[in-house]
Amino acid sequence: MPVDEVIPYARPLTPSARLGESAAKAQATFRAAARRKKWMNLLVIHVALVCICAGFILPLAWMISTSLKTNKEAMLFPPKMVPIPPNWKSYPNVINHERVDFPLFARNTVIVAGLAVVGTTFVSAFVAYGFAKVKFRGRGLLFAMMLSTMMIPFPVIMVSQFLLFRWLDVHTPIQFLGTFKPLWLPWWFGTAFNIFLLRQFFMSIPDELSEAARIDGCSDFGIFWRIILPLARPALACVALFTFMHHWNDFLGPLIYLQDPQQYTLALGLQQLQGTQGATTEWNILMAGSVLVVLPVIVLFFLTQRTFIQGIATTGLK
Amino acid sequence: MSKQTGGSAARAGTTEWGDIGKGLFFLSPWMFGFLLFTMTPIIMTVYFSLSEYSVLEPPVYVGLQNYRDLLSDKWFGNAMLNTAQYAAMALPGGLLVSLGLALLLNQPIRGQAAYRTIIFLPSLVPVTASSMIWLWLFNTKLGLLNFGLAKIGLPAVGWLTNPSVALPALAFMSLWGVGYTVVIYLAGLQDVPKELYEAAEIDGATGLRRLWNVTIPMISPVIFFNLIMAIIGVFRVFEMPYIMTNGGPARATQFIAMYVYDNSFLYVRMGYASAMALIQLLIVLALTGIAFWSSSRWVHYQGK
Repeated sequence: MPVDEVIPYARPLTPSARLGESAAKAQATFRAAARRKKWMNLLVIHVALVCICAGFILPLAWMISTSLKTNKEAMLFPPKMVPIPPNWKSYPNVINHERVDFPLFARNTVIVAGLAVVGTTFVSAFVAYGFAKVKFRGRGLLFAMMLSTMMIPFPVIMVSQFLLFRWLDVHTPIQFLGTFKPLWLPWWFGTAFNIFLLRQFFMSIPDELSEAARIDGCSDFGIFWRIILPLARPALACVALFTFMHHWNDFLGPLIYLQDPQQYTLALGLQQLQGTQGATTEWNILMAGSVLVVLPVIVLFFLTQRTFIQGIATTGLK
Repeated sequence: MSKQTGGSAARAGTTEWGDIGKGLFFLSPWMFGFLLFTMTPIIMTVYFSLSEYSVLEPPVYVGLQNYRDLLSDKWFGNAMLNTAQYAAMALPGGLLVSLGLALLLNQPIRGQAAYRTIIFLPSLVPVTASSMIWLWLFNTKLGLLNFGLAKIGLPAVGWLTNPSVALPALAFMSLWGVGYTVVIYLAGLQDVPKELYEAAEIDGATGLRRLWNVTIPMISPVIFFNLIMAIIGVFRVFEMPYIMTNGGPARATQFIAMYVYDNSFLYVRMGYASAMALIQLLIVLALTGIAFWSSSRWVHYQGK
């Protein structure tokens, strides 16, 4: 059923003048039937997709709808589908919440994500150049090792990584626990996922370019800096984007490493809006908070759609 | 995969080692980070898993005691089982839904871009936010889902309060985020050579047979790769149960990542938690090995 549409395979032959009238007629009916079948197919696909998309959009719509209700309206059952008139107050109420400092959390998140983005984009590109453009023995092995570290889920190494930072806390003058450092510092050594993505891109840049520069007396770092990096701008944007999103969404890292609520990121802060210790959850406030966390990601996606989708396709396939 | 080589042939092989100095120069940041933030923790995990460690006092070597305790710890078994059961529900479901959606969205129809965007959007939602949204949808008294059930005359379901429903409910919720996988499948579908469909057409293969005999085999590497990634991914499931159910009701949604977290940061049994982490690491490495081994096989016969 579905691949039918991919190729226009079933096009009936044009009736030639030599064909008898009955044959031409039969062909006409055949063509009409084929067209009808095609229309039916199209209709079925559209109906299916509209229903599925409605299902996918419903949770988001419900989040927005609830965020525009008063607390009283949110507690109604059966619920009011569309809040008219909308209660916009949930949003200022979240931003000026007595317990949860959203603007501060947003600032914290941007600092952590920003530091990680700056470091990982440059360093990952640097390492990716080594994997893509320098030939040496053992490169394949190191690359395979790097790929396997990409697979290790964070919860598996979080215990010892935490203990490592604790050890560094005790044995070096620098404080790690209770600061942002454990969240961004590891990213400054390049991240397997980003190195991989950039390496795939660098491989597609023809070597003639770097060879020409080399003949002109350019060093390897010069080639990396002046030729590869400028050409790789889309891939760098992609890496920056994914890293930013990762830190925007990250919950477990901040949960382990941040102690002072003044340092919380948005992901942690949102959880603080949940009713704690007997206090009932104010759903309209919680949903307004969720909108504020989700919205920047969606806006960012629409601004960078192409980069985004290409990045996913690259890392998922090759 | 790893055998591909960049650089021109002319410069390679000046010595047997190639440009080893230059190579290591470029790789050095990653190698340092790898040793510090990946290898050291792994070695530490091995060491701590053989000791009792409450952070406040130095670790005491206890041999394999932690592993023996794990065998008789019913909550560890429970967490592993929950994780496995979740995987058994969410993975096949996710595969069918994402593949089905990819096939639908691959049709050259009007509004294709809009449909694709809508399906993809939910996978962008940060997991903290999606947990909040679904907590609200699943709410027994006020939730939209139970309102829908009431509309068609069905009784309310305790989505997150009934121990036998909670885990399937979370698996169902995970389907909302398939958009990411759909994009990967869509990219895979683009790579299927058109000639194959034409050949199948000449041989008289119809829609479903073409799907089964051409499309599925051609994208099977992508399917397999995604499946392995998804299996590894269940060891990452933490936020959803932590925020929505805190492992409850009756520990029915306590995933392994949560149990490791509880043991290390709540009960401060770092040694015990390390033993659990190490077991997971071995499972993950084995799965990764399978993924690599299989990739070398299919990359070959696809002629890439």
